[in-house]
Order: sequence, then structure tokens, then C-alpha cells
Amino acid sequence: MLVIDDLHAEVAGKPILKGLSLTINAGEIHAIMGPNGAGKSTLGYTLGGRPGYEVTGGSVTFEGRDLLALAPHERAAAGLFLGFQYPVEIPGVSNVQFLREALNAQRRQRGETELSGGAFLQVAKLKAGLLKMDMDMLKRPVNVGFSGGEKKRAEMVQMGILDPKFAVLDETDSGLDIDALRICGEGINTIMRKPGKAVLLITHYQRLLDVVKPDFVHVLAGGRIVRSGGPELALELEREGYEAVA
Amino acid sequence: MTARALPDTRAVEDWRYAPQAALAELWPLEAPDTVTVPAGEHFVRAIVLDTDAVVHLDLTLAAGATAAVHVVNVGSGYGRVEVTATLGAGADFTLGAVQLAGGSAMREIVASVTHAAPDATSRQIVRTVLGGQATGTVLGRIRVERGAIGTDAEQSIRAMLLDRTATANARPELEIFADDVKCAHGCAVGELDAMGLFYLQSRGLEPPRAKALMLQAFLAEALVGAEDEERLCALALAALEGLL
Ligand SMILES: Nc1ncnc2c1ncn2[C@@H]1O[C@H](COP(=O)(O)OP(=O)(O)OP(=O)(O)O)[C@@H](O)[C@H]1O
Ligand SMILES: [Mg+2]
Repeated sequence: MLVIDDLHAEVAGKPILKGLSLTINAGEIHAIMGPNGAGKSTLGYTLGGRPGYEVTGGSVTFEGRDLLALAPHERAAAGLFLGFQYPVEIPGVSNVQFLREALNAQRRQRGETELSGGAFLQVAKLKAGLLKMDMDMLKRPVNVGFSGGEKKRAEMVQMGILDPKFAVLDETDSGLDIDALRICGEGINTIMRKPGKAVLLITHYQRLLDVVKPDFVHVLAGGRIVRSGGPELALELEREGYEAVA
Repeated sequence: MTARALPDTRAVEDWRYAPQAALAELWPLEAPDTVTVPAGEHFVRAIVLDTDAVVHLDLTLAAGATAAVHVVNVGSGYGRVEVTATLGAGADFTLGAVQLAGGSAMREIVASVTHAAPDATSRQIVRTVLGGQATGTVLGRIRVERGAIGTDAEQSIRAMLLDRTATANARPELEIFADDVKCAHGCAVGELDAMGLFYLQSRGLEPPRAKALMLQAFLAEALVGAEDEERLCALALAALEGLL
């Protein structure tokens, strides 16, 4: 589904990703762990097409297409979802308006029919319910005044509504309380654990991986994948730290 | 018609940013539209300017009178909307104005609110969006005369540049000759938050639509509460689409 080959990327002229390769097949959940500043978020932003994240080498192929040739909104329409480490506040724009427009923009780009207001609200209610988020929150401006944990939960509601094929979730677990962690983890399973879909989880902690069980775990350090393994690798990392393992 | 002399735009402060040539075309100007709002009454006016013109509304509010003026200043050439208000005791005045300009348009909003007696309240909110080589100017004055104690005046002037080639002139001015007054003002020129734009696009919105969503809230701040808010917002959004 996603093939990253020898990816090099820099931010503000500083090389961050230095030959990163990773293949993710449909139906798989991969976790990436790694020390602070290793380039995990940079990988997410580069896949999402954030301006300023310049690819200087390598390739990314998503379902046979050159992902890097697409604009951010086209990547979304192709089925990519990026869960932000720090979700952005958009004052004056309600979640409902934003998400309905976003979903319909994606559907338009894919040549599908747009959802009516009523049909959209049904989907939104269903997904908000899945994440145990109050519909009233969805009527408020995007992320404005949301607590750290609420923002992360709102990201998962967005993912549920947009229903992507592939999600990069950047520290979705950070800031979540114990119950919210379980709810979000189960939400990820419900929304994304399907044949034809895949997930790349960026996390520092085993506790999310207890709920969303990864098929593969990778260590990203110094802008490259330095070790890969099964779920046991995360446990080993938690016990021994990056220095010892990678 | 008044026989006002054409101002030398380089020398007269209130006309400093007006283009001399375009102004000469429009000269002589019509006399200001002068309105006195009687004690205790409420006055409402919406001014939509989408042509090359200079319009001037001059209000005098008697004691306890209230007025709300909303402005949408759009168009491809030179257009200036001037609103002056003199407030009697306990009067209340609101100005909410938006202007949008692209191409080589030059739009101006000039607001001058005089608190002439005690306990009047006023607020001016002006939002400007500029693209291309356009110029948008806002001159906003609050004057509190001697004896106008208990004045409560607010002013918020903000401009957003869609292109670095556009020019925003924003000049707030406070003249306070009384004690015990509250005057709050803020003035800022900025660009759209790049991270916000990326966030919206990462969810599937095309770039122009992402920009429009972010700007719609920015403009709405000036039009909220207008009697025909919906119509004015629609006009502003239509002008916005033209800029993106
Ligand atoms: N705009 C920028 N200018 C310069 N350096 C940057 C910029 N953005 C990111 N970096 C650097 O890139 C490196 C990788 O950052 P990144 O956010 O990808 O790390 P991370 O692995 O996600 O870390 P964390 O676990 O703390 O979230 C860091 O050293 C960071 O300081
Ligand atoms: Mg990070």
C-alpha cells in the first residue's frame, strides 16, 4: 500500500530524514518509536506534504501512485490521513462545517456524490459516539479551547468521518487520560483495522500498543529506520531504552 | 455640492494614502450625508460600495441615541468610505467594516468617532483582506473631548495580506482630552496562519477553500450583529472568492 524508499527530507535547510525506507501493506499496523528529535513528526509531515518539508531524495509510492507529486488535499482524497501531534486551532470555523466541507471536497475529487447536510450529521454522530465525544463539541470551532486530550480525541473523530485508507497517527496517545487512551485506541481499531487499510502509529509508549496491537515495530533514529521487529521490540525498548536497543 | 478644494494627498493627513489622480476624477465630491439621530432613537445603516466613489456619512447622536453602521467596501478601483460620528451623553455607536481588494484596487475606510459628552460608548471593528497589488487603508480615530468623562471606546483594526505584493496602511489615532475614560485599541497586519492552512488542506480542502474558511471568520467579526448580517456576509464572501 505504501512504499517509502530511501527518503531524504530537510527542513529549513537541515537534513532530517536521511535515507528512510519502509514498506507497509494493506491490513497491517506499524508502530514507529524513537528518541525525541529523531524525525518521526518530520516523516508524518513529509508524507502529508507540509510546505517547508523538502524532499531531497528517494520516493514514496501510495497504491501505485507517486504520493510526493500530489498536493496535500489530493493526498487526503487519495486516502491519506495525518493525525497531528499538535492539532491546530481554527477560530470561527465549526468542526461540523469544516468536516462536512472536507469530506465532500474529498468525495468530489474522487468523483463521488457529495453528502447532504442530514446524511453528514448522521455519520458525524455515529463517529463522535464511537469516540464518546459530545456532539456539542463538534459544533464548536475546530480545536479552539479544547484540552490537549480533547484535541486528540477530536482528531480520531475526524479520522472516523473521513474514513481514510491509510493513517499516520503522530503521538495520538500523548495527552490522553487512561480512559480516553482506551477509547481512542479502540476507535483506531474500529475505524482502521480492516482489510484494505493500514496505520502508521508514532508513539513513545507501550500503553497505546496494548490496545492497538501493531504487527510491526520500527525504531527511527537519526532520520532512518535503524531496527525493525514484531510487537516484542516495543517491550524490549520500554525495558532497555533506545541506547541499548538501537 | 460643496466647492471643497481637491486636497493635496501628500499633505493632508486624512487623504494621505488616497491616489491623487483617481481622486481628481471623482472631484468635486458630494456633500456628506448628514444625519442627526434624536435622543433615545436608534439608527441603522449599511453601506455597500463596489464602485469608484467617495462616500461620507456624518452622524450626530443626541443624548442616549444609538447607531450601528456596517460597511462592505469592495471593488476593482478606488473607493473610500468615510464615517464620522459625534456622540452625545450616553450615546452608543458601532462601526463594523470590511474591505476586500485585489488586483490594483485601492480601498479606504476612514472612521472618526468623537465622544463630545460623558458616558458614551463606541466600538469600531475594521477587517481588511488584500491580495495582488491592492492597497487597503484604514484610518481610525477616537477623540474624547474635555469633559467626556466615563467614555468607553474600543477600536480594533486588522488586515490580512494574501500576497506579499499587497499593501496595508493602518493608522489608529487616539486624542484624549478627558480623565476617567476607557479606550482600548488594537491594530495588526498579518498573513494567514500557514499551519492552519496546511491542517485544513490535509483534510481534503482545496487551497482556495481552506483560505476562504479561515478568512470568513476573520471578516465575520466586523459584521456580526448587523441588521442584514447575512446579506453583508454573503457580499463579503463573494468578494473574497474573487481574491482567492
Ligand atoms: N522548522 C525547523 N527548523 C529547524 N529544525 C527543525 C524544524 N522543524 C523541525 N526541526 C528539527 O528536526 C528534527 C526532527 O524533529 P521531529 O519533530 O521530526 O522529531 P520527532 O521525532 O517527532 O520528536 P518528538 O518525539 O519530540 O516528537 C529536530 O531536531 C527538530 O529540531
Ligand atoms: Mg514528533
